[in-house]
Amino acid sequence: MNQQNRNWTTDPVLSVEHLTMRFGGLLAVDDLSFDVGRGDITALIGPNGAGKTTVFNCVTGFYKPTEGRIALRREGSVSDAALAELTRGGQQYRRADDGSVFLLERMADFKITEIAGVARTFQNIRLFGGMTALENLLVAQHNELMRASGYTIGGLLGLPGYRRAAEAAKEKAVEWLRRVDLLDRADDPAADLPYGAQRRLEIARALCTNPVLLCLDEPAAGLNPRESAELNTLLKYIRDEHGVSVLLIEHDMGVVMEISDHVIVLDYGKKISDGTASEVRNDAKVIAAYLGVDDEEVDEVERDLDVKTAHTPAPGGAL
Amino acid sequence: MEYFLQQLINGVTLGSIYGLIAIGYTMVYGIIGMINFAHGEIFMIGSFIALAVFLALAAIGITFLPLVLLLMVVVAMLCTAAWGWTIERVAYRPLRGSFRLAPLITAIGMSIFLQNFVQVTQGARVKPLPPQIQGGITLMDSPSGIVVQISWIQIIIILMTVVLMAGFSLLISKTSLGRQQRACEQDRKMASLLGVNVDRTISLTFVMGAGLAAVAGMMFLLYYGVIDFYIGFIAGVKAFTAAVLGGIGSLPGAMLGGLAIGLIETFWSGYFSVEYKDVAAFSILAVVLIFMPSGLLGRPEVEKV
Repeated sequence: MNQQNRNWTTDPVLSVEHLTMRFGGLLAVDDLSFDVGRGDITALIGPNGAGKTTVFNCVTGFYKPTEGRIALRREGSVSDAALAELTRGGQQYRRADDGSVFLLERMADFKITEIAGVARTFQNIRLFGGMTALENLLVAQHNELMRASGYTIGGLLGLPGYRRAAEAAKEKAVEWLRRVDLLDRADDPAADLPYGAQRRLEIARALCTNPVLLCLDEPAAGLNPRESAELNTLLKYIRDEHGVSVLLIEHDMGVVMEISDHVIVLDYGKKISDGTASEVRNDAKVIAAYLGVDDEEVDEVERDLDVKTAHTPAPGGAL
Repeated sequence: MEYFLQQLINGVTLGSIYGLIAIGYTMVYGIIGMINFAHGEIFMIGSFIALAVFLALAAIGITFLPLVLLLMVVVAMLCTAAWGWTIERVAYRPLRGSFRLAPLITAIGMSIFLQNFVQVTQGARVKPLPPQIQGGITLMDSPSGIVVQISWIQIIIILMTVVLMAGFSLLISKTSLGRQQRACEQDRKMASLLGVNVDRTISLTFVMGAGLAAVAGMMFLLYYGVIDFYIGFIAGVKAFTAAVLGGIGSLPGAMLGGLAIGLIETFWSGYFSVEYKDVAAFSILAVVLIFMPSGLLGRPEVEKV
């Protein structure tokens, strides 16, 4: 286990520190800290109501957290000292040759996507239903297009610079459509696509914003086993070929255990376990949280578990 | 027959002006779901600025008509665009996310403010502009003595409307800005999470609507030759009616609604009585809305369960 590459301790792309989110009297996230490794697939799991989606909403600027710091190291390595100085200085981000870092809790949501490079999908699909699949992917690339079109005027006149940019944007969109197997439905309204296809299109759209971190909220929800297996392949492709770090919320443990490099478990807004998939799977606290036992019973579960693992070594334990 | 044709030409001209104003209503409604009641006043300000430019040019001795008209329309568009941007910035943006009626009330307030502002600074009397473009093409000269004529100014108005509409449809359907606007229309929060600057997109929508209203204002000035501080209210209500009739939120609907209102008014005045032309227009609106609640081209709102 120790030989394994623990990217999240050596090279974190996202560092969430002391994140607290309070809605009136409800404490949805309570002093949560975790790191997401660069180039990892990280799963955020936990029972319903554990605060997983709230964490996502804080990371993507949907909510302003009550307390805490969310730092995204887009590229290079930024020392903790530099980060502390940035925090004290009240700036939103620092971009330099040796690395750039963004304090997401201070930034507007569109800036988080545009300059920090975080993209997300939703639990309930939020495509632009009235626009075609292709247009959905083009909306995600509009920042490059706006610059190239000289803020629309060049676009209306059909200047060559804009045409080239429009062509490139379309190519990229087509490439992603091919990758998620939707090329033949490119000109259909997104709302007319079947459920599984809409999920894939939403992931493709998020990727068209050129993210360094892709946040997926239950991407496998409602997928059949075959679609779910295709999703695993897609996520691995995204990680391996595009170097995008993936943070996902998932209830389908098959997906989580198969593709995750790192699993973080939440319960009642607190982190109860953090490690590789096999470490987490054997953590008594996690099992207790999922089975819903009282705190006192955790020890008991732990004992039971020891007995069990003695008989049958957990898969993945051979690492 | 000749009489009918003449009324048709007049109706299309009037409808073009209504249609251009209606686009401003429909676009703003589409993107943020509010009725910008100050839009009629933007139209009125546009016509005042066009008149001011004309008088200023005349004062320094520039009378070459094409140049004068071009400067009038360009300056009027730029100034009203600035007005539109400012109104959105000071009166609507701070209230975004507030309850639904709040921006509606500020819109009415802004409308009254602008009317009174122009009344105080420009005076309440009507401002005349001597006819600049005279003559036209005689299409038919029947022995009964009725002449069917389309004047140059009518040709200019209709042509300009067609060109602007075409350019506008192109902008909405083909450019990245148009795509952004459509995305914001469907799901503002999601657009924002894809890196779209929603506030800027909304501002640009106001700017575009104001620009079109300025063109309509200038055409109104040239066509009728008199303006006052109150024209914005009447034209605004008519254009708003046109937008609702065509299906609010739909661009072709706004144009179609504008044409419909213009034609109804003209034909009613031509065949029945001038006094009741507004009654006719609004009655037809009521009837259409009873049978087609989302307007002629509007999409029905689907209730999600």
